[in-house]
Amino acid sequence: MKVMAQLGMVMNLDKCIGCHTCSVTCKQTWTNRAGIEYVWFNNVETRPGQGYPRRYEDQERWHGGWTLTKGGRLKLRSGGRFKRLLSIFANPVLPRLEDYYEPWTYDYANLIDAPLSDDFPVARPKSLITGENMKITWSGNWDDNLGGAPEMGHLDPIVEKVRREAEDKIKFEFEKTFMFYLPRICEHCLNPSCMAACPSGAIYKRVEDGIVLVDQDRCRGWRQCMTGCPYKKVYFNHKTGKAEKCTFCYPRVEVGLPTVCAETCVGRLRYIGLFLYDADRVTAAASTPDPQDLYEAQLDLLLDPNDPQVIAAARAEGIAEDWLEAARRSPVYALAKKYRVALPLRPEFRTMPMVWYVPPLSPVVDLLRDQGHDAEAAGNLFGAIDALRIPVEYLAELFTAGDTATVSDVLHKLAAMRSYMRDINLGRDTDESIPAAVGMTGHEMYEMYRLLAIAKYDERYVIPKAHEEQGHDLEEMGCSVDFDETDFGSAAFGEASGRPVPVAVETFQALRQRQTTDLIRAPEDMRGRVNLLNWDGKGVPSGIFPDDDGHKKASSSS
Amino acid sequence: MSVLLWGVLPYFAIVLLIGGTVWRYRYDQFGWTTRSSQLYESKLLQIGSPLFHFGILFVVIGHVAGLVIPESWMSAMGVGESAYHVMALVIGTIAGVGTLVGIAILIYRRRTIGPVFMATTKNDKVMYVVLVGAIVLGLITTALAIAAGTGGSATAESYNYRESVAPWFRSLFVLQPDVATMAAVPVAFKIHTLVGMLLFAIWPFTRLVHAFTAPVHYLFRPYIVYRSRDARPAPGMTTPRRGWDPVGTKDRESAPARTPSRRS
Repeated sequence: MKVMAQLGMVMNLDKCIGCHTCSVTCKQTWTNRAGIEYVWFNNVETRPGQGYPRRYEDQERWHGGWTLTKGGRLKLRSGGRFKRLLSIFANPVLPRLEDYYEPWTYDYANLIDAPLSDDFPVARPKSLITGENMKITWSGNWDDNLGGAPEMGHLDPIVEKVRREAEDKIKFEFEKTFMFYLPRICEHCLNPSCMAACPSGAIYKRVEDGIVLVDQDRCRGWRQCMTGCPYKKVYFNHKTGKAEKCTFCYPRVEVGLPTVCAETCVGRLRYIGLFLYDADRVTAAASTPDPQDLYEAQLDLLLDPNDPQVIAAARAEGIAEDWLEAARRSPVYALAKKYRVALPLRPEFRTMPMVWYVPPLSPVVDLLRDQGHDAEAAGNLFGAIDALRIPVEYLAELFTAGDTATVSDVLHKLAAMRSYMRDINLGRDTDESIPAAVGMTGHEMYEMYRLLAIAKYDERYVIPKAHEEQGHDLEEMGCSVDFDETDFGSAAFGEASGRPVPVAVETFQALRQRQTTDLIRAPEDMRGRVNLLNWDGKGVPSGIFPDDDGHKKASSSS
Repeated sequence: MSVLLWGVLPYFAIVLLIGGTVWRYRYDQFGWTTRSSQLYESKLLQIGSPLFHFGILFVVIGHVAGLVIPESWMSAMGVGESAYHVMALVIGTIAGVGTLVGIAILIYRRRTIGPVFMATTKNDKVMYVVLVGAIVLGLITTALAIAAGTGGSATAESYNYRESVAPWFRSLFVLQPDVATMAAVPVAFKIHTLVGMLLFAIWPFTRLVHAFTAPVHYLFRPYIVYRSRDARPAPGMTTPRRGWDPVGTKDRESAPARTPSRRS
């Protein structure tokens, strides 16, 4: 057992109102640069819908993710290593820009600069790719809120499949319409196929927290990762020629802050926390023969952070105590494994995604309410879940490779929670048969309700800080005593050439130099900062006190 | 003049090639990319790019076989002069024409597809001129050889470059350039060689560098790459090593308490 830590996210889809705040703030933070105008590390799709890029889930076409060979071994769907290298000169299954959308801006200057005329000047859309005038025909969320569903609804790969299997034509008639929002970021998979597809080995998974990143220096723009990722969450910066992807806001989570998408989520539907998982068993789990067993296999990888054996193994791997504590308090572990209400997105891609979703009960509730039923009575809800084949099948395709029983179980739990909590809210006696019907106790149900409904900031985001002392280790690589002090400042090309001097080493020359020099350190060397470590008490270096009324402190010295 | 062309210039080219590559590798990792334009246009690229790249790979192999491996070794392996020439001409012509057609498609695409043309830098244009020049001139030498071959008799054009160009090429690497031999080579070969040297000289400074990081190691590396946070040296975290920091060190501003300055 090799225990590793993984930052994961859970999104409670019942709460998503499709406001796109997460997308906008993410874009402002990460992808507002030239070359990735069309890129949304975080996007919100309306389901049913084609998604972004269009029909990205259709792996018959895009060849993303993994598949099993006849011998039961994992293989990239786009082919083995050799085949991939042969197709490196022109990736045969790369999404075109049209599959995302052609980014544009508006000619705002025309509003001001246009000559006087009878007509109002207009800001025409200009392509950010060609600079020409363009007609806007698609965008990252063009089919938002089922826009165009009557004409394009059938283009959703899942609708296509469910229809084919049901062999009846589901019409997007108004009364039968159901929809929900699906916010998507990079899944930071345990078994990432983008990484496996990268010829340069530039994509890596961080040992400490499992975040999947692209090394911008090593990426050579072979663009195989875009094909490899079944979620199409690796993008090509067409200006720099490098792949870019969601970073899980690593500069933020390293200091214990949630990602920008989570921080700004209006519905507070995102949860961030740690998973502990067994890295040794990932490949085996991803090779599970039946796609419908992949969900269980993935849950199996997640280790119980309260298990003494797991804790001991984690310590042996050097996982720090505060991280173990965070793993025990992890809201994502609770939702995914303890309550089993969060499901992975498209597990059949076999990448072991680590962004989980609590499927929405709202299509069912809405339907019941619209039909005039009591949408919070357990019996009604349970019955409706079982009767409403289409939403359940649709959700099952999305989250459990078509296993409706699992999705139905989750929906039952959510429904049970609703009616159980109604009794509490109305001050009635609780009906313990409701949680029992879904295999939970009343207490568990209440805890789950707390987490899903009213958890505060520090309960939703349990993010242990990265360990700075590890960074310090790197800084002072090796034992500082080994440092050969004769090298000090005397390398061939003058000061700052030669080997860097470890900060902690008080070299003889450094001391002597400071003690014998007439001058103290020039302030411009330090850009106004004073290094007290090297200050020997001689004189008052300028900058040591705040520079009030513009008067520079005298830098006299003995 | 001959000494300059065949004794000095080659070394300039080599120095630029190696030095430039090392320099670029150290200072411009971020710029080291294929700068693919497939996102803009895919159909023409699907034909042109593999044609060009596979073609040029065979051309490279052909050059290695012709220039690096001495004729005597080849004969020892049982490949005689005539067999070699037939092989070289057939494979060389196919590969060369494929390369040329490929790059023609690519350049046509680059010129006519708006976004691709907009993403073309001056550097690219210069590189294309030199690259196409080298390919065309190489094909001309081959064509001349074929023309001579069909002529039957050993005329001046039917030139066995393995007795002249190849020994000169090898002599460069033992630092005793065989200038006289090269000076006596037909003009077509000379120009092709010169353009080739020019191509190698500008290589490190163009997008062609991506060839040097051809991902052969992909065949051998594990699928999943784990890496520690900040395993790469950041400013102030550099592992002590021999050598010197770049002039005007970039970590000057952010480095904590380095050596005290001797300047005032």
